[in-house]
Amino acid sequence: MTPFLKRATAVCFSLFLGTAWADVTLLNTSYDVARDVYKDYNPLFQKYWFTKTGEQVDVKQSHGGSTKQVRAVADGLEADVVTMNQANDIEFLVDKGLVARDWAKKFPNNASPYTSTMVFIVRKGNPKAIKDWSDVAAPGVQLIIPHPKNTGNGRNTYLTAWAWSLKQPGGSNKSAQDFVGKLLKNAPLFAAGGRDATTTFMQRGLGDVLITFESEAEMIAKEFGKGNFEVVYPSLTMQTEFPVALVEKVVDKKGTRKQATGYLEYLWSKEGQENAAQNYLRPRDPELLKKYASSFPPVKTFTVDEVFGGATKAFSAHFKDGGSFDQIYVAK
Amino acid sequence: MAAKPHRLLPGFGLALGYTLVYLSLLILLPLGGLVLKSAELGFGQILDIALGERSLAAFRVTFGASFLAAAINAFFGLIVAWVLVRYPFPGKRFVDALVDLPFALPTAVAGITLATLYAGNGWLGRHIEPLGIKVAYTPLGIVVALTFITLPFVVRTLQPVIEDIETEVEEAAASLGASRWQTFVKVIFPAIFPALLTGFALAFARAVGEYGSVIFIAGNLPLISEITPLLIISKLEQYDVLGATALAVVMLGLSFVLLLAVNLLQWWTANRHNNAEPLEVAAGKASGVST
Repeated sequence: MTPFLKRATAVCFSLFLGTAWADVTLLNTSYDVARDVYKDYNPLFQKYWFTKTGEQVDVKQSHGGSTKQVRAVADGLEADVVTMNQANDIEFLVDKGLVARDWAKKFPNNASPYTSTMVFIVRKGNPKAIKDWSDVAAPGVQLIIPHPKNTGNGRNTYLTAWAWSLKQPGGSNKSAQDFVGKLLKNAPLFAAGGRDATTTFMQRGLGDVLITFESEAEMIAKEFGKGNFEVVYPSLTMQTEFPVALVEKVVDKKGTRKQATGYLEYLWSKEGQENAAQNYLRPRDPELLKKYASSFPPVKTFTVDEVFGGATKAFSAHFKDGGSFDQIYVAK
Repeated sequence: MAAKPHRLLPGFGLALGYTLVYLSLLILLPLGGLVLKSAELGFGQILDIALGERSLAAFRVTFGASFLAAAINAFFGLIVAWVLVRYPFPGKRFVDALVDLPFALPTAVAGITLATLYAGNGWLGRHIEPLGIKVAYTPLGIVVALTFITLPFVVRTLQPVIEDIETEVEEAAASLGASRWQTFVKVIFPAIFPALLTGFALAFARAVGEYGSVIFIAGNLPLISEITPLLIISKLEQYDVLGATALAVVMLGLSFVLLLAVNLLQWWTANRHNNAEPLEVAAGKASGVST
């Protein structure tokens, strides 16, 4: 078939069937709240790829808890690319021989096309005057977070509080653990997941401070109205990365390496970056960061690599059974 | 030489073969896989995992809350079943259909709804929290969720049995001079007790494995309101499949022993009841008239 004929049939099929007839189908396996980002990104990529190569690429999405998702890929779900919110989930696929060991070097910025930070959401007028991590751990303050051991969002909060405490004068791992222990004592519950924590805080009116992603704050504004809460940026917070990787074994088998690589590379294009910004995720592109400065105020951040020597190390030191989280509860 | 027992309907061999294959595929294979996987760990390691402080606390919460929920349903479910069978009232079919809803509702929806209802600002929580009763995000919340989830088991097990007890039996007991209380305790209750135990056991077994509804209302605090299924998920989050399997096997073993005990108790009471005292005899005894 000539490219013209191909396109013509594609058009006919899409007219008759209401679905695009694709030359290639990619499967993007992703974490739970990435739905909106990729729902908007996929048509952008399809248009770009079609103009560039004349190929009609259909992108299917699969979303779920990120650990569950990578386990599905390891068990044979044929994902061409994984777009995750934790590096250790991708490391799991490296161990299974599905993803290249140097995946973080295959794309710019540690293979994370956009970032976010952890912020405090407090009640309107900030009645408990919560400005920084020390205020969250103060007596009488109620903190709402998802489970620090079982959810990515909760782990980020835990590690950020730890890093902040570590950087205080005289800070050590011991003082950090004591501080995080004090902070966790202020949690009347551990929510099942990020969205459950949001519902508990906003809808059920429980707690004085919710700690979550900056991007989630914008979702809350959409859902519950901007006037009902305030966003507080602490003096130090985590730059959370959203790493992406090619699933080598699958793209080789399906012969989709070219398209899948193109799909991930395009995330760094102006359009891809702007789409991230519009979904409240901090773009890597400095110009766009400036353009959307009102959504993304400058804030002092650290990365897990800098403070904890990598996601896998951080995970095993703190969240494995017997790690620092368990010690806080069980040692006594 | 013993004659082959004569059966009216043919196909015993085929049906038995089918039963064995079906049960093997559906139950023995996955459970066998689970046990086999856990065998990769030594017995000592499994015990270490199961006897950790958090695991023990979680077992206590899981089995304790499940037992309470099943017990609550054994009592109130019996009343519901009795009312649904014995008394005609307007809207009865509607109420009867309501009983099945906990089966149909996705458990996460149930958990979120209950949490919203019982939270400090919820319709119910608003009124009971000032009284000092906190339900949402406490172990009590777990009991509430499990009670909701397991109600149909008791009611649906009891209904057909209660239907089988003819009102004539009660009338006979009454006419022979039994008081209402005697009629219930000596005539009705022994007849439904085995079914009540079955309902209790089903409810209990379902509650022990429940995850979806509980995590939204439990609060999930280590040592206080963590259930065993949450610990299993937690292990899977660490890619510790073996650890998760170990917990699952211990849970399975405990459940099996408890269910076996309930079944034995049920078998024993049913036997005693059926062999020694047909209903009519019991009716006579209850009234103190010798037969």
